Amino acid sequence: MSEPTPTDKYYIPAASHWPILCCVALFTFFAGIGRWLHELPSGPWVWLCGVALLIVVLFGWFGTVISENLSGVYNEQVGRSFRSGMKLLILSEVVFFAGFFGGYFFIRLWGIPMLGGEVHPITSVLLWPDFSAEWPLLTNPDNGRFLGATNLGSPWGVPLANTLLLLTSSFTLTFAHRAMAQGHSATLKIGLFITILLGAAFLGLQAHEYMDDYERNNLTLNAGIYGSVFYLLTGFHGFHVLVGVIMISTMLGRALKGHFSRPGDHFALEGVAWYWHFVDVVWLLLFLFVYWL
Amino acid sequence: MANGATAGAVQQNVPRRLIAFIVRWTTATNHKDIGTLYLCTALLNLFVGGTLALCIRAELFVPGLQFVEPNFFNTLTTMHGLIMLFGFIMPVAVGFANWLIPMMIGAPDMALPRLNNMSFWLLPTATVMLVSTLFMDGGAPNFGWTMYAPLSTTYGPPSTDYMIFAVHMLGISSIMGSINIITTIATMRAPGMTWMKLPVFVWTWLVTAFLLIGIMPVLAGAVTMMLFDRNFGTAFFDAAGGGDPLLFQHIFWFFGHPEVYVLALPAFGIISQVIPTFSRKPLFGYRTMVMATILIGFLSYIVWAHHMFTSGMPYGAQLYFMLATMLIAVPTGMKVFNWITTMFRGSISFETPMLFAIAFVFMFTFAGCTGVMLAVAPADFQYHDSYFVVAHFHYVLVNGLTFAFIAGAYYWYPKFWGRMYNERLGKWHFWLSTISVNVLFFPQHFLGLAGMPRRIPDYALQFVDFNFISSIGAFVFGFSQLIFVYNMMVSRHKGKPASDRVWEGAEGLEWTLSSPPPHHSFQTPPRID
Repeated sequence: MSEPTPTDKYYIPAASHWPILCCVALFTFFAGIGRWLHELPSGPWVWLCGVALLIVVLFGWFGTVISENLSGVYNEQVGRSFRSGMKLLILSEVVFFAGFFGGYFFIRLWGIPMLGGEVHPITSVLLWPDFSAEWPLLTNPDNGRFLGATNLGSPWGVPLANTLLLLTSSFTLTFAHRAMAQGHSATLKIGLFITILLGAAFLGLQAHEYMDDYERNNLTLNAGIYGSVFYLLTGFHGFHVLVGVIMISTMLGRALKGHFSRPGDHFALEGVAWYWHFVDVVWLLLFLFVYWL
Repeated sequence: MANGATAGAVQQNVPRRLIAFIVRWTTATNHKDIGTLYLCTALLNLFVGGTLALCIRAELFVPGLQFVEPNFFNTLTTMHGLIMLFGFIMPVAVGFANWLIPMMIGAPDMALPRLNNMSFWLLPTATVMLVSTLFMDGGAPNFGWTMYAPLSTTYGPPSTDYMIFAVHMLGISSIMGSINIITTIATMRAPGMTWMKLPVFVWTWLVTAFLLIGIMPVLAGAVTMMLFDRNFGTAFFDAAGGGDPLLFQHIFWFFGHPEVYVLALPAFGIISQVIPTFSRKPLFGYRTMVMATILIGFLSYIVWAHHMFTSGMPYGAQLYFMLATMLIAVPTGMKVFNWITTMFRGSISFETPMLFAIAFVFMFTFAGCTGVMLAVAPADFQYHDSYFVVAHFHYVLVNGLTFAFIAGAYYWYPKFWGRMYNERLGKWHFWLSTISVNVLFFPQHFLGLAGMPRRIPDYALQFVDFNFISSIGAFVFGFSQLIFVYNMMVSRHKGKPASDRVWEGAEGLEWTLSSPPPHHSFQTPPRID
């Protein structure tokens, strides 16, 4: 091994007040939701304070990291650590969705047939003798408490359009990523911009579909297990798309400031791209198992 | 005049020093500072959770209702469980990880130090939210730490929502912590520190961190569904809407069973460091130790429903979960035999850490045997929800894992602080704890086999004697822990200075550093050959 150079030394950040502020923000955020749910008038305001503080923290914390990066104190090891951290974060998100999908399959393949009396017929006879097991479940065992949906939209309308939008956005983002690696900053900006537009279009269509479901199909959160599972899976996915759009917008802002002008690998854009592709794959599974099959 | 000015300056200095103290600890990014914070918080929560446990044992001292309302008794068992699991035993393991992993792999710090700070401070934040439920209208959660629906959805008190948010924050904390630990091990190893040269403690934490990433998001999902069922009219756990209460149990135990190994594996790691040192022999079967750790981690994912044998699962599923559960005894047995073989023909000395480690091996093996009994599906129909289960998992968590963490605390104390603890007090602590903890939990096996159910404030007269004995053990055990705290606090200033190596047989990079080690352990990576 040659003489140690400065980049061989580890990079150790100084003390930072952002993490503790982030904890305070999360506490305020959750306490606000709690108070809101219990219909205390201060709830929404506490929650808003939490959100505001969280935004300040995100700007401050990421801003610190970006300026450290621009000042050139990071080395190859820091880059590897960031990448490993991002991969593991995405892994935890995969598990989060896997838990929901597991619940969905359990209900569909086991819970509903059980209620219909497939395994122990006596259960069905004693509880809800008129219940017939089917999927999607439109008539709930107790249809008074949980009024089922009247009908469901076709997968080949808005959901298919959304699939195409997200698939295209994955390509445009890869395109932008390539452009950055080769130093074409104009192409990078255009690619990011189109990706943001596609993501926003997805969110708009999804919101439109939700409103449609609520108003015309009576597919609500209270529509029994189908509505519960549907909104849980697609809702959390939509939230992830929203986060992704915000992340890509940040990347566009940084690109406009000229942060990615040096060709090469930039972790931030790479991490955002991984995240976006992950969100895309989750959607494909949703389209396949929730909308189509 | 001069005197007055000095006195004024001192008075002004007190708040300034206080602020400096608060700023130092809240903004800390150093792995040792954060490790210390974790360990101190864990110790504090041990006494909070322990106080709740003593309230439970005081109520059960004699039959009849003496001190608490039945509903408050239920909140006691719930909060005791949650605080001990999330507030004590997980943080104590993370505390050791923070202190030791960078030193053991030859790194200056954790890979993501600011994230490390956030992982820690979310813990007291969440604990405050959790404990605050005790003071809310309608009382704290009262459905047991397992949070089964519909007890927690339809019938849960209003404070349940805050418990859910506390669990969310604890989940974020654990996931961030695990990401940090895996990343540190993956990217910060000193040159030449290959995977198969990692100390066993580091290996166990690597597997533990992967387990945490594989289960904490699932728990977050489960409590999210619970939140929706409680507040937004969904029907995940309500059969009337087509949902299934059993879904909650499946998801919860998919988290809950690996969680046991999240707690156990770091303890195995500590024992695998302590026993070789005091046997003055290298660890027997390093490779099998690593393999067993990975195997336990894998198997723990696929055995969850053995907690649900009485829930009416099909026989095929019961058979599978029974056999798969018993399989875990194989890698665990490998570990136990490796520890024993390490001691075989070693020149053993019985310092306090070694005493606790040997007690761990005995009592944990015993707990494993009752675990195999519980895994037998037909027998479990008898044991389920009885004090036998309580006795089993307290043997795992208290007689086993807590003893291992105490062994670790004594073992690395001189390294962390540069001073020896008081050996005589340590021995007193050991003997009092070991005797009393068995007086406490051993009779509970008989109570359970005789049919006493868990989580009840009152009981039939035939259970009087064993409950009486158990409560005496509980109070002796609880108060013996004060010896430990006293020893740790006093030895910090009055203990004999410790050498760098501390123990004659100690091996590993952490012992090559000074005692106490420098603020950033290895500024430039050491070479491992």
